[in-house]
Amino acid sequence: MLENYLPIMVFIFLGIAFGVGPMLIGYLLGPSKPDEEKNSQFECGFPAFDDSRMYFNIRYYLVAILFILFDLEVAFVFPWAVVQSDLGWFGFIAMSVFLFLLVVGFVFEWKKGALEWE
Amino acid sequence: MMNTFQFDTALLLVALPEIFLLSSIVVILLVDLFLTKGFKQVTYYLTQFSLFITGLLAFNLIGHPETVIFSNSFVLDNMASVFKVFMMGATMVAMVYSRHYLTQHSLFRGEYFVLVLLSVLGMMVMVSGYSLLTLYLGLEILSLSLYTLIAIARERSGAIEAALKYFVLGAIASGLLLYGMSMIYGISGSLNISEISAFASDANLGSRETLIINFGLVFLVIGIAFKLGAVPFHMWVPDVYQGSPTSVTMFLSTVPKIAAVAMLVRILIDGLGAMHPYWSDLFMVLALLSIALGSVVALMQTNIKRMLAYSTISHVGFIMLGFVTGVVTGYGAATFYVLVYVFMSLAAFGIIILLNKKGFEADQISDYKGLSKHSPWFALMMLIVILSMAGVPPMLGFYSKFFILQQLVSAGFVTIAIIAVVFAVISAYYYLQIIKSMYFEDSEKEIVVSAPMDMKLILSINAILILVIGLFPDFWMKLALSLF
Amino acid sequence: MENIYLTIALAPLLGAIIAGFFGGMLGRKATHTITILGVLVSTVLALYVFNHHVLEKGEIFNQNLYTWMQIGSLNISVGFLIDNLTSVMLVVVSFVSLMVHIYTIGYMDDDDGYTKFFSYISLFTFSMFMLVMSNNFMQLFFGWEAVGLVSYLLIGFWHHKESAVEANLKAFLVNRVGDFGFLLGIGLVLAFSGSLDYAEVFSSLDNTTNQQLWGLDLITVICLLLFVGAMGKSAQVPLHVWLPGSMEGPTPISALIHAATMVTAGIFMVSRMSPMFELSDVALTVVMVIGAITALFMGLLGIVQNDIKKVVAYSTLSQLGYMTVALGVSAYSVAIFHLMTHAFFKALLFLGAGSVIVAMHHEQDIRKMGGLRKKMPITYWTALVGTLALIGFPGFAGFYSKDMIIEAVHFSSLPYAEWVYYAVVAGVFITAFYSFRMFFLVFHGKSRVDHHTEEHLHESAPSITFPLIALAIPSAVIGYFTIDPMLFNGWLDNAITIDAEKHVSMTELSNIFHGAAAMIPHAVQTLPFWMMVGGIATAWVFSLYRTQWADWVQNKFHRTNYALESLYGFDRFNEIVFVGGIKKLGNLLWKVSDMGIIDKIAVNGSARLVGFIGSVVRPIQTGYVYHYAFFMIFSLLIILTWVLFAGDNPLLQIEF
Repeated sequence: MLENYLPIMVFIFLGIAFGVGPMLIGYLLGPSKPDEEKNSQFECGFPAFDDSRMYFNIRYYLVAILFILFDLEVAFVFPWAVVQSDLGWFGFIAMSVFLFLLVVGFVFEWKKGALEWE
Repeated sequence: MMNTFQFDTALLLVALPEIFLLSSIVVILLVDLFLTKGFKQVTYYLTQFSLFITGLLAFNLIGHPETVIFSNSFVLDNMASVFKVFMMGATMVAMVYSRHYLTQHSLFRGEYFVLVLLSVLGMMVMVSGYSLLTLYLGLEILSLSLYTLIAIARERSGAIEAALKYFVLGAIASGLLLYGMSMIYGISGSLNISEISAFASDANLGSRETLIINFGLVFLVIGIAFKLGAVPFHMWVPDVYQGSPTSVTMFLSTVPKIAAVAMLVRILIDGLGAMHPYWSDLFMVLALLSIALGSVVALMQTNIKRMLAYSTISHVGFIMLGFVTGVVTGYGAATFYVLVYVFMSLAAFGIIILLNKKGFEADQISDYKGLSKHSPWFALMMLIVILSMAGVPPMLGFYSKFFILQQLVSAGFVTIAIIAVVFAVISAYYYLQIIKSMYFEDSEKEIVVSAPMDMKLILSINAILILVIGLFPDFWMKLALSLF
Repeated sequence: MENIYLTIALAPLLGAIIAGFFGGMLGRKATHTITILGVLVSTVLALYVFNHHVLEKGEIFNQNLYTWMQIGSLNISVGFLIDNLTSVMLVVVSFVSLMVHIYTIGYMDDDDGYTKFFSYISLFTFSMFMLVMSNNFMQLFFGWEAVGLVSYLLIGFWHHKESAVEANLKAFLVNRVGDFGFLLGIGLVLAFSGSLDYAEVFSSLDNTTNQQLWGLDLITVICLLLFVGAMGKSAQVPLHVWLPGSMEGPTPISALIHAATMVTAGIFMVSRMSPMFELSDVALTVVMVIGAITALFMGLLGIVQNDIKKVVAYSTLSQLGYMTVALGVSAYSVAIFHLMTHAFFKALLFLGAGSVIVAMHHEQDIRKMGGLRKKMPITYWTALVGTLALIGFPGFAGFYSKDMIIEAVHFSSLPYAEWVYYAVVAGVFITAFYSFRMFFLVFHGKSRVDHHTEEHLHESAPSITFPLIALAIPSAVIGYFTIDPMLFNGWLDNAITIDAEKHVSMTELSNIFHGAAAMIPHAVQTLPFWMMVGGIATAWVFSLYRTQWADWVQNKFHRTNYALESLYGFDRFNEIVFVGGIKKLGNLLWKVSDMGIIDKIAVNGSARLVGFIGSVVRPIQTGYVYHYAFFMIFSLLIILTWVLFAGDNPLLQIEF
């Protein structure tokens, strides 16, 4: 039974090797002679203007989350579309109900103003 | 392939309450969107109306022969129907109380009611779930709605903190539960409750299978114990109870307990009943710990919501003891207990809400000083509720405790019964503190009851019924017994 | 007959409801008329029932009236069992209750809670009736709780008094302990017989033979647990602490509830359960010894009390001890006999004390009284009758019952019976001493009343003196008339079972009994009589003749005195061990679970690990949710370990 998992293990190791390997090689092979100048901030010769971890507008997150939500839900439609001809009316109605609920959610967020930037 | 999806629409009738409720939720959500400011009450009335109709539909299905639909994942039996009716009733009462709270604290929003309805839908799915997946689905609908409900008071940092705590811990518990489910699925090869039951009761079960089932069982029990709030998975209970808006506390401390018991019955009794000897020991320990900790720690509380949280923990211990007995009547006793608990808890929180007004939460025990002078009637109602919680006859709360203890004793768990009673006696002390401050102490500030008439009326009926049903408990006990 | 029984119980309930809900509207006069009428109806009917059952030897009535609930095969009903024991109790309860109702008119005259008070005492009467008329354990327990509830309400009646509220709480809590034992006992009864009906339980007692629980015979465990209930309600050592405190309530209820009726419920219950107690010598011995300890040591406490009600309260404790001793030696009918005479004379003494208190404007300290004989002649003479009855002066009611108890102990063959005999005889001296000490201090000698009160001192109103007289009569004569039929001619035979071969006290008693009149001259030749005389004489010396001697003795034996005045330290013990202990335990658990077991143990123990987790989580979460999560996972690990390696079904056997 366990041998079925062999490909997965291979993938895991490959993934690790690809991710960690180059960094490791760079770390091991590259010369490392830090001095004060090398460790100081560098941006076109000026000190940094502000933190590189800038604040995003909160609305960005809202829209992003809503996008992911709808994106995922719609992803459900693809497998359905493939077998739709086998499912017949039952499948069609079921999907209609599902999409209707999705639309209701959409109407709700729209009306609530979640999609308005300003 | 085609045959699998042949569908008899008549079977949809079996899930009619759920279908109706879902449709109502959609309608209410949309209607609320387009209501102008002055008409927000419409949402409330629509909510009550749809709860009522759903309850009626569920009531109609009592006595319906046991039916399993949706590819063996949804069951309709008497337990499901009766629980649904009770959940609708309790939610309606909770909504009556909530409305006063929401208006007093400017929290009246349409989303509140939609979320409550959604969580009720989740609970209905849990009650009728006949496959591990359906049960989990219901649980998640319920939990996600509850997290959001708590956070509805978003300008209160306490509520946000409570919501986050509940969410994080709830997610861990859900994870554990799901892990347990996957264990069971992995070994039995099925998600369906009856197939799992058939697998677990197979006499030729090898030790490897037993081991894995038990491994999964521990996770399942923990997931359920978290939902019920049993020690040592109780840590969220006091914080969440205290931090949430009182109306949400009331809701989440009452109705979901019925659903949790239903899930317990579905998984541990319908599904893994054959494994009773393995999980009952665990249950016993958790139950006794809950009773002990709930009773003793409540003594130190000055916040009444926190105190009720610990009292809930100890009540949960009693409920779990009913399942330790391993006999059908014991399960009936536990069911009776949970229904009674919901009833009492509603009334207790109802009285807290009753005294609420803008800027005054009435959540300190000292806020109840001298209540008997300012409003003797509601002090009397509170007295009934508190005595019932303490288990003083002839209040309803006495019978539920008595029923559990009687079942324990006749199942041979005499020592357990004694320990439970000892802690019940200790818990009488903190209940007494409330009575003491209501009746024997003078108030520091004026308490004015500003609640609307409908709330006063329902609350009075609620409390009086605790006494009246206490005088005629026969019917309800039989009802609880008949569910198994 | 069924309707008559129902009427007896329901008439006071009706009165209570009317007085409780409409008392404010009806006014005082109508309220007390209605409630008194209710109790009067019960009293008359109780006498009729007594006549029917006891005198005309009517059939026992045992019937369920209403099915309360049915759980499986277990039936819980409201039902009546009326036999001679019940009939006697009905008469005693209704008569004393009637007297107290009448007395209340005068006593509570200046109180705001007048109508409420009437409602409570009527409610109490109803509950007491339900208790004594019950034919099953459940109803008994309900009556038991109901009388307890009313008792708490009434102890805390004057709730503006801090001490009253404290006493009320104490009574509640101590009684919970007793009830807990009682409930357990009932649970065990249910477990072995599958029924709660007296008759069915008694007929299935064979089930218990050779069954063991906790290293004792099952029946012994059951009897002991039931007796724990009796100890709570009938205030036996060590559950007696609430009764003296209950004197914070108004005097009428001290008379009705805490002397005559409710506190004797335990005695009644044990007598009812005589078929069970007869099967266990161990239980009987415990009952007897506890009773003797209470009788002797609580009497001693009476000597040092200076509150007039407290003295009577401690005498009640002591007398309850006597009754319990009688139960222990299987002389159930003697216990009931003493219960009856005691109900009359102790109610009389309390009401007399109340009369004095009213006259003294609620001064209760007997050191501030004296010489009241002239001012309050009726109270004086009735109190004298009550005191003589209490100390067992030959001819008075208490004489017959107490003498019979002492004799019964004398004949008992239980272990320790000899010691108990000395205890109860010594008790006679003590009873006489403290009773007459109080009597002399209050009524005789020089007046120590302050000037202002002295001027207004006069005999109480007729509504107070009438009950005194009405109670004085039975206190004097009832023993003489009822000793023969009650103890030896079978009045109580159809309710009480005695294993005559093992427990010979009653048989021996009837051998030496030659009529009530013959007992009086005989008494003079016995030890108890001279103990009593000695007691009176000592009381006279210390409280009238040479009062300075009392001070001398007090100084000389200050240690003993300290022990007595601190009530043997029971209260302090409870305060420290139970109240303090539970609070500490709560605090501890609270700290452990709420403040964070992890803070204290894990953080300090493995600070780096948790500190690391904390440093990762803390910026995200301001609360301590990671503690909770950690705790959950930790518990999960413990549970998994337990399930897999230990428990009853270890799944992974590991060979070590």
